[in-house]
Amino acid sequence: MMMRLMSWTALIFGCLYFLLPLIGMAEFSLKMRRGVYSLDAYAVVLADPAFQATFGYSVLMALMTIIFGVLLVVPTAYWVRLKLPGARPYIEFITLLPLVIPAIVIVFGYIRMYNTSSWLPLTGSVTGTNILLMMGYATLALPYMYRSVDTGLRTIDVGTLTEAAQSLGAGWFTILAKIILPNVLVAVLSGAFLTFAIVIGEFTMAALLDRPAFGPYMQLLGANRAYEPPALAVIAFAITWACMGLIQLVTRFSKHERARA
Amino acid sequence: MTDSPDRPAKRPFRLPFEWLGLLPFAVFTLLFLILPTMRIVIGAFQTGDGSFTFQNIADLNTSSIRSAYWTSIKLSLISAGLGCAIGFAMAAAVVFGGLPKGIRGPLLTFSGVASNFAGVPLAFAFIATLGPVGLITLWLKTEFGINLRALGFNILSFWGLVVTYLFFQIPLMILIITPALDGLKREWREAAEVLGATTAQYWRMVAFPILFPSLLGTFALLFANSFGAIATAYALTGPQLNIVPIKLFAQIRGDVLGNPNLGYALAFGMIVVTGIANFVYIWLRTRSERWLK
Repeated sequence: MMMRLMSWTALIFGCLYFLLPLIGMAEFSLKMRRGVYSLDAYAVVLADPAFQATFGYSVLMALMTIIFGVLLVVPTAYWVRLKLPGARPYIEFITLLPLVIPAIVIVFGYIRMYNTSSWLPLTGSVTGTNILLMMGYATLALPYMYRSVDTGLRTIDVGTLTEAAQSLGAGWFTILAKIILPNVLVAVLSGAFLTFAIVIGEFTMAALLDRPAFGPYMQLLGANRAYEPPALAVIAFAITWACMGLIQLVTRFSKHERARA
Repeated sequence: MTDSPDRPAKRPFRLPFEWLGLLPFAVFTLLFLILPTMRIVIGAFQTGDGSFTFQNIADLNTSSIRSAYWTSIKLSLISAGLGCAIGFAMAAAVVFGGLPKGIRGPLLTFSGVASNFAGVPLAFAFIATLGPVGLITLWLKTEFGINLRALGFNILSFWGLVVTYLFFQIPLMILIITPALDGLKREWREAAEVLGATTAQYWRMVAFPILFPSLLGTFALLFANSFGAIATAYALTGPQLNIVPIKLFAQIRGDVLGNPNLGYALAFGMIVVTGIANFVYIWLRTRSERWLK
């Protein structure tokens, strides 16, 4: 009985702590018009050309990062499982490094390594800086993407599938695109949604590379306005929630499929 | 690990073709992860004209940089400690507390969301709640006449930052520790009870020693997590608060230290601290996996 009381206390205290800031930001975002609740703050934010531009930029960045990440991680994880199982711990270690080295240190390295007087002056042009930022995002997402895909590959018999495809005359590209990718699609999608959630609001790299992304825009608005920032926070929270929800959805969907098969 | 029975156990490195498959990955991680980091590490031990020196590391020992590291470490220790304690209490409540089974799923899902809801928007949420005109601040003032600011609490301060960081620290703890708590076998508790142990004795002498590596390991992970974080702190307090990531941010933007190589040393110090914390985490996790299978 005592135990149950303590459990409820811990849970309710925790839930209050989590819910109050969410209620706080939602309530504050509705208070732009004096005296009544209104959606004015959202209307102002959504109509802001800078919002549209930076949000669009970050969505595009997230999609490019996901495409690049999938193209990099799926063949690598597949190849390691198929041909180089001995290399797996080392690869795994490297993919975990972005969790150890703070993002700000990585981007500091980029700025010094790819400046205009270096052998690869990526920061010298807009396209180059965009590519560099995308590479940075791919690095940040690498631990999640790799782990997700590698776990997905564990559930299928990579060796047999490859041999079966090869004996039917499939080349490496066909094997990857038509056999492996569809089989680990759920894992790839989970990694992709997580990548999206990370990239969409990322601040440090975009700010230091001076790109017009959503994260720096939010920070700038936060420093200058009162009611728009909580509206942005609600939008960002909804996006995070949607990404996590989609991960759960595809995972559940795949279990359902497998149970039926 | 035996999914390739047709291959001899020991394969010499004779087929470069197989290693070529790793080329894209190797090029990517070298160019965008390892070499940039090496550049910083090497720069920390170089003078302006490129010769080797320990001077930059020694120059970190100024009162301003020392206090930045100390504040950062204190912030990470406190937010990780509180995150572990509260997260553990919540996870334990759900796993053993006799609460309805339906709570567990939503709590874990929510933890997944909240642990990813960091950065700039998180700062906004807390300003809207505990800021000068935030929801709770106003409520306490009008209903109870309590003035948080007069009591010395300010969301744009060290403790405000601790309270804010807990929003992603607690869920992370819940996500990591719940599987560990599930791993505590019912038989162990029953065996302890049969031998006459009280609940407190069971926790102190059986459960806690088994969980200890997981707990300490997660603590190290949470520590590294908040040590490297900058976006939330920057959006909350602006460039004023003297913590290492914010100092480094200002240094990268405008060389406020007046010595680029000192900036490298500052970044190198961050790698050392998060590196140690993560090493502790990985080492302890392998130890805890021995019991919790």
